[in-house]
Amino acid sequence: MPDDHAIQTQALNRIYKIRGGKKNEPKELIALRDVHIEVPRGELFGLLGPNGAGKTTLIKILTTLLAPSSGRALVAGFDVTTQAYEIRPRINMVSGGESSGYGLLTVRENLWMFSQFYGIPSKEANRRIKELLRVVGLDDRMNTKSSELSTGLRQKMNIVRGFMTNPEVLFLDEPTLGLDVGAARDVRGFIQNWVKQQSGHTILLTTHHMIEADELCDRVAIINQGRILACDSPSSLKRMLQREAIFRLRVDSINSAEPNNFEKIGGVRHFTYRPGEGHATLEFILEEEDVLTEVVNQLASHNIHLQSLEKREPSLEDVFIQLVGRSMEEVEREGTS
Amino acid sequence: MLGRLRTFRIAAWLGWQIESNWTDPFLFAVYSIVKPVAGAAILVVMYGVITRGDFSSPLFSYIYLGNAFYIYVGAVMAGISWAVIDDREHYKTLKYIYISPVRVPFYLVGRGVARFLTGTISVMITVMAGLLFLNLQLDLGTVNWLMFISALVLGVVMLANLGLLLAGVTLLIAHHFFLIGEAVASALYLFSGAIFPLDVLPDWLRPVGFAIPLTYWLELLRRALVGNVAEAFPTLSNFSNTQLFGILVGLTVGFGLLSTLIFRWCDHQARERGLIDMVTNY
Repeated sequence: MPDDHAIQTQALNRIYKIRGGKKNEPKELIALRDVHIEVPRGELFGLLGPNGAGKTTLIKILTTLLAPSSGRALVAGFDVTTQAYEIRPRINMVSGGESSGYGLLTVRENLWMFSQFYGIPSKEANRRIKELLRVVGLDDRMNTKSSELSTGLRQKMNIVRGFMTNPEVLFLDEPTLGLDVGAARDVRGFIQNWVKQQSGHTILLTTHHMIEADELCDRVAIINQGRILACDSPSSLKRMLQREAIFRLRVDSINSAEPNNFEKIGGVRHFTYRPGEGHATLEFILEEEDVLTEVVNQLASHNIHLQSLEKREPSLEDVFIQLVGRSMEEVEREGTS
Repeated sequence: MLGRLRTFRIAAWLGWQIESNWTDPFLFAVYSIVKPVAGAAILVVMYGVITRGDFSSPLFSYIYLGNAFYIYVGAVMAGISWAVIDDREHYKTLKYIYISPVRVPFYLVGRGVARFLTGTISVMITVMAGLLFLNLQLDLGTVNWLMFISALVLGVVMLANLGLLLAGVTLLIAHHFFLIGEAVASALYLFSGAIFPLDVLPDWLRPVGFAIPLTYWLELLRRALVGNVAEAFPTLSNFSNTQLFGILVGLTVGFGLLSTLIFRWCDHQARERGLIDMVTNY
């Protein structure tokens, strides 16, 4: 494989064996199926998929925490199975939605300790820590014990831990999970700036937030049930839906049985229904615009009053629906039920 | 090599920060002072009942010192293996340490240093209590210090190897087995000649005692501290000090290799099974 790629996988599979009810009969859970990805150096690559799609499993394999069941994965040109010690100085990882860190150490001590594991001289480490904490707005908490930080501030500390070592390849696993809107926006801004400033450094970001993937990533791979379904730039992915028409309709409250009728209309690719207070929102992906006439006729025949109608541009959510047949929310709901 | 030493040093620093985080000095006193002294006191009472208070017998020093230095076994072995549980389940940092350029065994052994230091405090307090209140037959003027320090250092290396072996096993097991280090230390207590000579054991169990390095280590420590008393006991009396050192070195190297191999195998298995960042939420 050529060395100009930060990440490459070939026919990568991961199967978990889970103990079943009876002894000696382990169940198999396929977390990754035949995953092929190529991420050139310097790219901000997104992995978009619902919870349980296999995103974290892929990151675990690429960061040498988990062995693949079959196939091959290279990071910075080194094989994750046989060359873990060559990969580790070149990578780092930040996982969202967790409160990792030594609570009895201060923010600075936590970060300094990890910098030492990477062999960064103390003076340089302290300079980087100070600078990065200022960038994420945590400099006034440098000497606060990390146990005293809120989840969001702890997450910012972990983000500094990941970026501080200036890794060739950085893995961000749902980095804004659990953050409030403002903090998530700060983090996204920080990620964007870092990639711009560090030429040749690569980020692999997993997310189930469409906007995050759209806003940040040069290219996005859509993953579901362990399979990569599509991989391209967000704009190219959205162009897949160029022929389809997407409409959002706001109507008076409707009977919960009514939506079933809309799915049956010929030319409706996908339909979602979201009830609200005193109204409902209907979203249609139609094979062509003409189908809208039939949709409006159906509304009229059921005495449903149309409040507003809006044609909108395709989003990555629509691309996901096109590929999977259901929205990411629906897939996640099915996964937990 | 410098990187490994740095890892060890930083891990020892971290371990000390955790161990010395005595937000409640009373609890620390209970753990580090009262617990070992109470443990020794139970033994003393039992000894007193059985021997009808004959504390001047050489057997008393044998038992008391064996028990005192056995504190190191639990401290070092459990200290190293516990770091796996602590980092993985409590601080949730093990995965970040794993993906950094450190050699994990050096990190784990470094984390055990703090337990060795607090263990040393406990040993010293236990021995002092024996000297001050129990007429322990220990003359500091006649102690063979060179032999004592050599045996102690060699023993700590040996215990670190055993701790690493347990750390490897701990990588593969869930949180509810978190006491594995102390459990193994307690099990070996019976076979190491810590509180009674191996001759007391049934014939079929005696080989276990001869196979573990702890037996020779404790014997060397006792010979360094109360030479004539220890030599008077039959189990290892046919062995010279040099022979005991030779056996201890051999077993330490042997267990070192075994620990390295087992740790590597467990590490490989943990990666295969996705256990390095396992959180059991117990």
